[in-house]
Amino acid sequence: MKKAGWVVLAAALAVFPLVGGEYYINLTSQIFIAAIFAASLNLLVGYGGLPSLGHASWLGLAAYLSAWMSLKLGLGHWATAPMALLGTTLVACAFGWISLRATGLGFLMLTLALSQVLWGTAYRWVSVTDGDNGLRGLTRPAPFGINLDDAGSFYYFALAITALAIWLMAVFVSSPFGAALRGTRDQARRMSALGHDVWLIRWITFVYSAFWGAVSGLLFVYYNKYIHPASFSITASAEGLLAVIAGGSATLAGPIVGAAIVMILKNYVSAYIERWNMLLGFVFVFIVIFVPEGVVPGLRRLFGQAMRAWRRPR
Amino acid sequence: MQYWIIQTLNSLALGGLLFLLAAGFSLIFGLMRIANLTHGSLYMLGAYIGISVLKYVPNLWLAALIGGLVMAVLGGLVERLILRPLSGNALGQVLVTLGISFIVADLCLMVWGGDPIPIPTPPALQQPIFVGGVAFPTYRLVVVVIAVVTALALYLLMDRTRIGAMIRAGVDDMQMARAVGIPVSWLFTAVFCLGAGLAGAGGIIGGPIMSAYPGLDADMLPLALIVVMLGGVGSLLGAFVGSFLIGAIYTFGTALLPDLAYVILFLPMIVVIAFRPTGLFGRQSV
Repeated sequence: MKKAGWVVLAAALAVFPLVGGEYYINLTSQIFIAAIFAASLNLLVGYGGLPSLGHASWLGLAAYLSAWMSLKLGLGHWATAPMALLGTTLVACAFGWISLRATGLGFLMLTLALSQVLWGTAYRWVSVTDGDNGLRGLTRPAPFGINLDDAGSFYYFALAITALAIWLMAVFVSSPFGAALRGTRDQARRMSALGHDVWLIRWITFVYSAFWGAVSGLLFVYYNKYIHPASFSITASAEGLLAVIAGGSATLAGPIVGAAIVMILKNYVSAYIERWNMLLGFVFVFIVIFVPEGVVPGLRRLFGQAMRAWRRPR
Repeated sequence: MQYWIIQTLNSLALGGLLFLLAAGFSLIFGLMRIANLTHGSLYMLGAYIGISVLKYVPNLWLAALIGGLVMAVLGGLVERLILRPLSGNALGQVLVTLGISFIVADLCLMVWGGDPIPIPTPPALQQPIFVGGVAFPTYRLVVVVIAVVTALALYLLMDRTRIGAMIRAGVDDMQMARAVGIPVSWLFTAVFCLGAGLAGAGGIIGGPIMSAYPGLDADMLPLALIVVMLGGVGSLLGAFVGSFLIGAIYTFGTALLPDLAYVILFLPMIVVIAFRPTGLFGRQSV
């Protein structure tokens, strides 16, 4: 049943560019990028029980590294992509070491504070980042000689990367390591007593999560061909967190659904009113108060209740 | 020489403002375990409300009082109506305060526009004081004095009064405090009002130095976070020392290495967190 659902989704996504207009193809590409971002954050928030408010660090850092190396060093995409991923992951090793001195709210505040370091630096280190102007004049890569400049081919490129990313994250979560990770979330002291190195499990998850955040950052900068310090902002981190929580944390499909909701809201609402931040705020408050478990588990709950009501004899 | 003296005074003034912001954040976090991410917004909203008050009452201190009171009431309402029903759900509370901070930021943008609005220095304090041929900006000295007086008042409140003893009991051991009959519920609201009021008043008092602009909240909140993590959660002394330390590092960092001021700012926090996770003066780890 579940597998069938994924197959149907994959098939639908594969034929979508043949029927959808360019606007919708681009919107879906953006949803893919947001989905990788949210799913990687979900490894920490959902499966690790570690609420991070600094995940935009990884998207922004990978995007900036890639952009900076191609603009200022003149390197090709074959070199910038792995180096940006490596550089971001190394920074994540350090940030994870610092942030994981705490758990819970302390972890949240540390990740927030550290991401603000990058945000402030991106704004102020004008000689490297061009400050508020952002880095522009970037190109999309051409893997195997395929030009990605039109909406359709970029869509398939993003779809392939997204499928790979989601699959590898699913493998991570369903592995024995993933089970240990959930153990550290639910019963950290028991896991410790059982001989698991709780800190190391969390740190590895932090770095793995940051790596996929960096992958979404590469796609982000390829799609926009532009990067601005706003990508490091609290708002950017919060959008990811909202996608995870709106969709349903600690589920595989939740962050994808959440990312779609957030991106569609952002694109449609921004077209009509300027107040995206205010809407984001209200959605946050609404979700936390009314659908705290997220839309996917929430709908499942409501569906279950409806089915029981239906089956109940009168 | 003049330059360095001015920079020192700037750093002290920023430290004083940070203390007004961080003291409340620290008490709220220490007592209620709520990471109140609206704290930067309260500071910014306080500054904007002060600007509107100043149109009718041309007195900065009265504006600070009114702004502080409005923020205290607003903070109390948020605590009672929104955060209280979520008690026990720490992540939910943080997310709600984050959501409210977005709403407040956008409201300020709607009402007061996107351009920075300066707050004039009170006329009596505009002339610098000359000591030995060196000019000291009077207003910054006054801000430092206000912060020190506030710190003393808070210290006396916490250390010498019954309410202070109750708050300290709540910070140290919440369950025991409840068990011996301390009205923790009302204490929560009172501390939240106090913290919000200090932040709001701080926004206006800081106005002549920083003015009010969109993004002021996002600039101030991380500074308050670092102060609290550096000084220790729930510790007044920690907030005081941390504020002036961060004020100094930020000011001199910006003067000496403007490109990397933000990185330098976080180094002391990282060192402290690495070797003493409770912060310099804290008793509970973050």
